Amino acid sequence: MSTIISAGTNEGGQELRSRSELSAKELFREVGAVLRLSEAEAAKLAEVQTEAPEDQTMIINMGPQHPSTHGVLRLMLELQGETVLRCKPIIGYLHTGMEKTGESLTYMQGGTNVTRMDYLSPLNNELVFSLAVEKLLGIDGEIPERAVWMRMLLSELNRMSSHLLFLATNGMDIGAVSMMLYGWREREEVLRFFQKVTGLRMNHNFIRPGGLAADLPAGWRDDVLEILENLPSRLEEYDILMTGQPIWRDRLQGVGAITAREAMALGATGPILRSTGVPWDLRREMPYLRYDDVEFDVIVGQHGDAYDRYAIRFNEIRESMRIVYQILDRMPSGDYRIQNKKVTPPPRARIDESMEALIHHFKIFTEGFKVPEGEVYVAIESPRGEIGCYIVSDGSSTPYRMHMRAPSFVNIQALPHMMRGGLVADAVAVISSVDPVLGEVDR
Amino acid sequence: MGLIQNIADDGLGGVEHNFVTARIEDLVKWARSRSSWGASFGLACCAIEMMGTGASHYDISRFGMEVFRASPRQADIMIVAGRVSQKMAPVLRQVYDQMMEPKWVISMGVCASSGGMFNNYAIVQGVDQIVPVDVYAPGCPPTPETLIHAIETLHQLIEDGEIMRRRSATGAGAGIELSAETSTTAPVSLGSK
Amino acid sequence: MSDAVETTVETVETLHGCPVVSSRGQRVVLVARENYVATVKALLADGYDMCVDLTGVDYLGMPTRSVGAGIQPERFEVVVNLLSLTLRDRLRLRVQVPESDAQLPSLFDVHPGTEAHERETYDMFGITFTGHPDMTRILMPEDWDGHPLRKDYDQGSIPVQFKGSHS
Repeated sequence: MSTIISAGTNEGGQELRSRSELSAKELFREVGAVLRLSEAEAAKLAEVQTEAPEDQTMIINMGPQHPSTHGVLRLMLELQGETVLRCKPIIGYLHTGMEKTGESLTYMQGGTNVTRMDYLSPLNNELVFSLAVEKLLGIDGEIPERAVWMRMLLSELNRMSSHLLFLATNGMDIGAVSMMLYGWREREEVLRFFQKVTGLRMNHNFIRPGGLAADLPAGWRDDVLEILENLPSRLEEYDILMTGQPIWRDRLQGVGAITAREAMALGATGPILRSTGVPWDLRREMPYLRYDDVEFDVIVGQHGDAYDRYAIRFNEIRESMRIVYQILDRMPSGDYRIQNKKVTPPPRARIDESMEALIHHFKIFTEGFKVPEGEVYVAIESPRGEIGCYIVSDGSSTPYRMHMRAPSFVNIQALPHMMRGGLVADAVAVISSVDPVLGEVDR
Repeated sequence: MGLIQNIADDGLGGVEHNFVTARIEDLVKWARSRSSWGASFGLACCAIEMMGTGASHYDISRFGMEVFRASPRQADIMIVAGRVSQKMAPVLRQVYDQMMEPKWVISMGVCASSGGMFNNYAIVQGVDQIVPVDVYAPGCPPTPETLIHAIETLHQLIEDGEIMRRRSATGAGAGIELSAETSTTAPVSLGSK
Repeated sequence: MSDAVETTVETVETLHGCPVVSSRGQRVVLVARENYVATVKALLADGYDMCVDLTGVDYLGMPTRSVGAGIQPERFEVVVNLLSLTLRDRLRLRVQVPESDAQLPSLFDVHPGTEAHERETYDMFGITFTGHPDMTRILMPEDWDGHPLRKDYDQGSIPVQFKGSHS
């Protein structure tokens, strides 16, 4: 195959253009105005247009290859001196065609695909996909208790590892580089547990339609307890290192503020919405699995700034630990997957003795199982917000259409709004506080 | 050369004739392999494992590589960590072109090496179509151990290779033609019916 | 498999003049293209204050599917997921978009958060949203040919060069 590649990163109309070329509506979006504003508010925002003559501003490009854009996010900023006037995120540099690939993979294989979207919380991706498939199959009420609690355990541990990574990268972006090493150290311990359970450190494909791929290994309880016992003292250390520290506070407080109304208009979910004071957590408001049986607090901020988002994630680690303790107490025994011939492959021992079992096993893994016609949307709370899975089935063994509602994709729409009027140095803090995962933004 | 009696007391100063002779080529290769700085080209899941390799548990600084440079001008090794989309490919090539010779490329993970499980319109099926790759690290994502193995393999390649190998053989790069962008240039079209 | 899976698409209620069907227990409003924005506005007033998702589906391979009460199935469908924080409820809207005139009014004025979703739907399906401030591609390069998630767009697999491989 001969490929002609034209050097350069020109994306034409996707880029930030000069203000004179734009319609008022487009300009509003780039200066970060959320529409649905009152007229007075809109007029105030339009001042940007007159404030700075265009020959006194500069459009700079940040990314897609930039160390603090969390992967391949590209921002174009219009600056007047150090002040950000406009911002436009340009995405797609990691577009993987996962939704198209998902149409050719069976429901059994689909997990391998979706787990690579939000690669910091792969188990939550698998969970929402499995829940959607189970709802389509009509077996969502028949999943064994142990499978449900195991899913909760993995989902919460994954939330912890994801938030620990946020602490690490947030620290690095703001300049607390030692936090980078600490966050990674803690995350490594959770990953080691995942490796023991699923066989992989990331991209597990462990939660599957019908249950899980395997049971928890012997000694899992001690491993989890070890993580839970080590973490509190270290979290306190980070509290001292960052939360109370004046430089840290000055870098984050009041930076990238957003109000509840704006966050809701922009569709932002997760810690961004909660930082504005809206106590919206799907685990609490629309419980799935057995989240209505466990006790935990929804952490809510007040100012909607980068500091609140940091503090929310920090404390969500503690809440997740609280949930994991309860899961350890209540983990039931039983099957780790549904005993339904259509969805579940026969156990290994049966394959040795029965030809039918062998054929059945082979067919499930090659052809997959057929899912009745229909369409569902299922959403859960991932560490980044509402992750939803919309599946249309045409009755065959592959989805007719598989769409993921990725929280980061929606959340980065709030970037122009959070950055407007801020300093360019704060732009990094704002990106970091949104905690986007580009694999999920571009899918 | 005299015997070192007590290096703790005197350091190398205690050595009577404290110089070493070697071929300049060996010294250059030794120096290059021991301080090869990486360009942080993190793309997807593999980037997380690459950063994990740089963190304290796996500690990539044992190989003189803890300095991930944000600027390609200061980097020697580009670790392509993750899937390369059609949109990213020109950027990747540009970053590679900005790196100074001598430069090496590690293709980390199956997506970068061959497209991996994403055999579709969006992903470049192997980053070796864009830049010359020296070492392929398998895995999805490769564990830090795999990456360290790839790095050690590359270090061995640097020590074994000729110092001017690539430049004299091909001029530069993979010999892929770069053309200026014009409005009539057809996009990289993959199988649209 | 349980027998509880519904296969019928019967109207269970009407909402702002639009038929509502149930899909696996989830409420789905079937909206005509003409009433699309008006309905979303009315639902916003009803308390469905967040638009969490907007995407498209290409039903090229299922032309004779039954959508529900008196709705003429078209090739494209735009699916909008609304969420109400106060009612703790979800609602899904399905709008039929014909291939010959693949456009739909934009929801940007009602829910600014649909901006990226509409661009993505345009990029992937070629459905244009009128009134959208910036109808450009979002995921694919600017000069890309075609709309990848359409069913007549090939997945673009490159044959792997060893024997016995299926792709």
